[in-house]
Amino acid sequence: MTTTKKNRKKPVPRQPMPEQKPEIRRRNFKEVPEGYTVELAQAEASRCLQCRKPGCVAGCPVGIDIPGFINLVTEGDFTGAIRNLWGKNAFPAVCGRVCPQEIQCEGKCIVGKKGDPVAIGNLERFCADYEREFGSGELPPTSSTTGKKVAVVGSGPSGLTVAGDLIVKGHDVTVFEAFHKPGGVLVYGIPEFRLPKSIVAQEVHFLERLGVKVECNAVVGRSVSVDDLFEEGYDAVYIGVGAGLPRFMNLPGENQIGILSANEYLTRANLMKAYKFPAVDTPIPIGKNVVVLGAGNVAMDSARTAMRLGADRVRIVYRRSREEMPARTAEIHHAAEEGIEFELLTNPVKYIGNDKGRLTGMVCLRMELGEPDDSGRRRPIPIEGSEFEIEADLCIVAVGSGANPLLTESTADIKLNRWGYIITDPKTGKTSKKGVWAGGDIVTGAATVILAMGAGRMAANSIHDYLTWGW
Amino acid sequence: MFKIVRREEMAGGTVILNEIEAPKIAGREKPGQFVLLKANEDGERVPLTMAETDPEKGTITIIYMVVGRTTALFKSLQVGDGFQDVIGPLGKATHIEKIGKVVCVGGGTGTAVLHPITRAMKEIGNHVITILGARNKDLLILEDLMRKVSDDFYITTDDGSYGRHGLVTDQLKDILDREDIKQVVAIGPVPMMKFVSLLTKKYNVPTLVSLNPIMVDGTGMCGCCRVTVGDKTRFACVDGPEFDGHQVDYDELMMRLQSYREEEKVSYDKHCRMNG
Ligand SMILES: Cc1cc2nc3c(=O)[nH]c(=O)nc-3n(C[C@H](O)[C@H](O)[C@H](O)COP(=O)(O)OP(=O)(O)OC[C@H]3O[C@@H](n4cnc5c(N)ncnc54)[C@H](O)[C@@H]3O)c2cc1C
Ligand code: SF4
Ligand code: FES
Repeated sequence: MTTTKKNRKKPVPRQPMPEQKPEIRRRNFKEVPEGYTVELAQAEASRCLQCRKPGCVAGCPVGIDIPGFINLVTEGDFTGAIRNLWGKNAFPAVCGRVCPQEIQCEGKCIVGKKGDPVAIGNLERFCADYEREFGSGELPPTSSTTGKKVAVVGSGPSGLTVAGDLIVKGHDVTVFEAFHKPGGVLVYGIPEFRLPKSIVAQEVHFLERLGVKVECNAVVGRSVSVDDLFEEGYDAVYIGVGAGLPRFMNLPGENQIGILSANEYLTRANLMKAYKFPAVDTPIPIGKNVVVLGAGNVAMDSARTAMRLGADRVRIVYRRSREEMPARTAEIHHAAEEGIEFELLTNPVKYIGNDKGRLTGMVCLRMELGEPDDSGRRRPIPIEGSEFEIEADLCIVAVGSGANPLLTESTADIKLNRWGYIITDPKTGKTSKKGVWAGGDIVTGAATVILAMGAGRMAANSIHDYLTWGW
Repeated sequence: MFKIVRREEMAGGTVILNEIEAPKIAGREKPGQFVLLKANEDGERVPLTMAETDPEKGTITIIYMVVGRTTALFKSLQVGDGFQDVIGPLGKATHIEKIGKVVCVGGGTGTAVLHPITRAMKEIGNHVITILGARNKDLLILEDLMRKVSDDFYITTDDGSYGRHGLVTDQLKDILDREDIKQVVAIGPVPMMKFVSLLTKKYNVPTLVSLNPIMVDGTGMCGCCRVTVGDKTRFACVDGPEFDGHQVDYDELMMRLQSYREEEKVSYDKHCRMNG
């Protein structure tokens, strides 16, 4: 095994993860990066300097002991490494794949100051995948049962984290999920080629083996209310329902056929497996000329899905410039490699359709960047007279999402902010209603998997205190 | 699994009734609400408004017309078989109040949806006039049930094979001309709801319609079910399914219902090939 000393003399370059070639993967739904081999993982791990005051840990929203787990990888103790990761992160297989590492751990890694940072995300993924393939599947020890019942509403990353944390502390946990499958955005939003659904299913199954009950098809606010849950004997309720309200552009012609929210498009493709139509029954529109509005992860996922479904041309239309695109760097890079085009500094003003009400194109305006706005980003300003038309038979609107009021409307004593998100105590996740906690996108607005999980962990600790000590 | 405990064929096998075990939904349902059903792992999620619920037995009853791949699949399910997923109750319940004379107009399987609303309208003390329309006598459903919950009862058929020869709007017009009607509820094919609304608008009678756009989640998270009501985009699954009939853009709704016409053909052909 290489020693740290040797590294200093002849630096090991960042080990790229093997992946499917762009010209092949752009037409299939198989996962794009194929994962590290043991050799690649150890070579990459050897690049870590084992800093005393590691920047990476400070950059990690849940404070994973990064040098610690990486050191275990160098030593070949992969079981130790995964146990170390689990200490702070319940779903490393997911986070290794979807976290925006470039602005978190890897963005703060000292090695990145002069060259490429340590590939922390890739290593995290390696440990989780190794465990899944070769691990014992042994369950962590759980405390003796407390007799307290907890209801978790929503089975996204934040709800699942709460469920996992509280079940090992001995509480009786039931997860209520509106959809017919658990996993939240991890199953209905993020596509198979980025996060295989079998991984999510396995994580949920693991929780079930620990004793978590998952009740699907339970729309809290309609099929049952939060107050009903207390009446049914639950002692505490965690709300992790995500930010499931699609935003549209509110432009003329938006209700024509061929214009879908990214939520609808991706739910059809991922949750309903419509990419296999007609082998499955749910259809999905196949576009030849596809326009995706927006430039976040959701937009990249939509664009890459459209390409895989056989589009001739897929264009991302975004009103700001490349620097402001909020998607993970890896996603933008992968999308570009797959032939997705970028119409930057461009904003749609109108949809055009035919007499059957089907979309045929859109009118757009070119933009230029002006002074910084409230968000600190330079404000895009339309260039007068720059209207032009682009052809499109499918438009996917991925310009963000808001708070879905279904649950909150039915629970009047939970205080909301003016955008409809739940107000919580930042140190505990407590809402204004006794015995009710909340976290994830329904508190922060659409954010990230790791922040949703972090909020879940914080709330789980607070719920445990409440159930144990009454506060 | 949500087991089918009763199955009936109506209108010459084109309309199917399923009574399904779903105790949690049965205990909560209110008139006007709907459920989403999915038959099996690879199935589609389809919204259907409940025709009846029996909280004691813990069952809900749905009635649907066989129009494509998914409903053909539903039709093939027998007593003892079941649906993998039933989600609900969803949507807003009908606002029922005692206001006087009410006309309930039903067409096609819309009559099934209309039934619990009509009953509730009657139970609260309204004078209920019902008009059921069908293309011909054989396609008429739920005549007896509807008769039972109505004070006055009329039938119209397009071909004159039963009841009055004509459209529901012909009968409705006569009633509006001679009586003081406080409210109309119209549920049926989109063109029927459109023409009823056009008529009642002339008489300034508030009119409630129940819309049936394509849906996916039924919880307001995808926007697939969007409809234009009074120049505003609304999501039928959470803001509806009932809306002020005078404000609905029916032409847009009809157009959007065609979104997957080609795909539905492909899917249905496959079903027919597989099932002979
Ligand atoms: C397409 C897409 C791609 C993304 N890519 C990334 C990425 O690469 N990296 C990253 O970090 N983040 C990404 N995100 C964001 C990330 O997925 C979310 O921030 C995260 O999933 C939020 O977790 P959550 O647990 O708060 O909610 P969600 O994951 O949204 O889960 C909420 C769950 O609650 C259920 N629910 C809602 N209402 C009810 C109700 N009334 N009753 C019962 N259940 C209910 C929902 O059906 C859902 O299953 C992406 C998001 C999308 C949509
Ligand atoms: S900052 Fe980089 S080099 Fe330092 S411990 Fe973290 S991963 Fe290793
Ligand atoms: S069906 Fe998705 S929002 Fe109504």
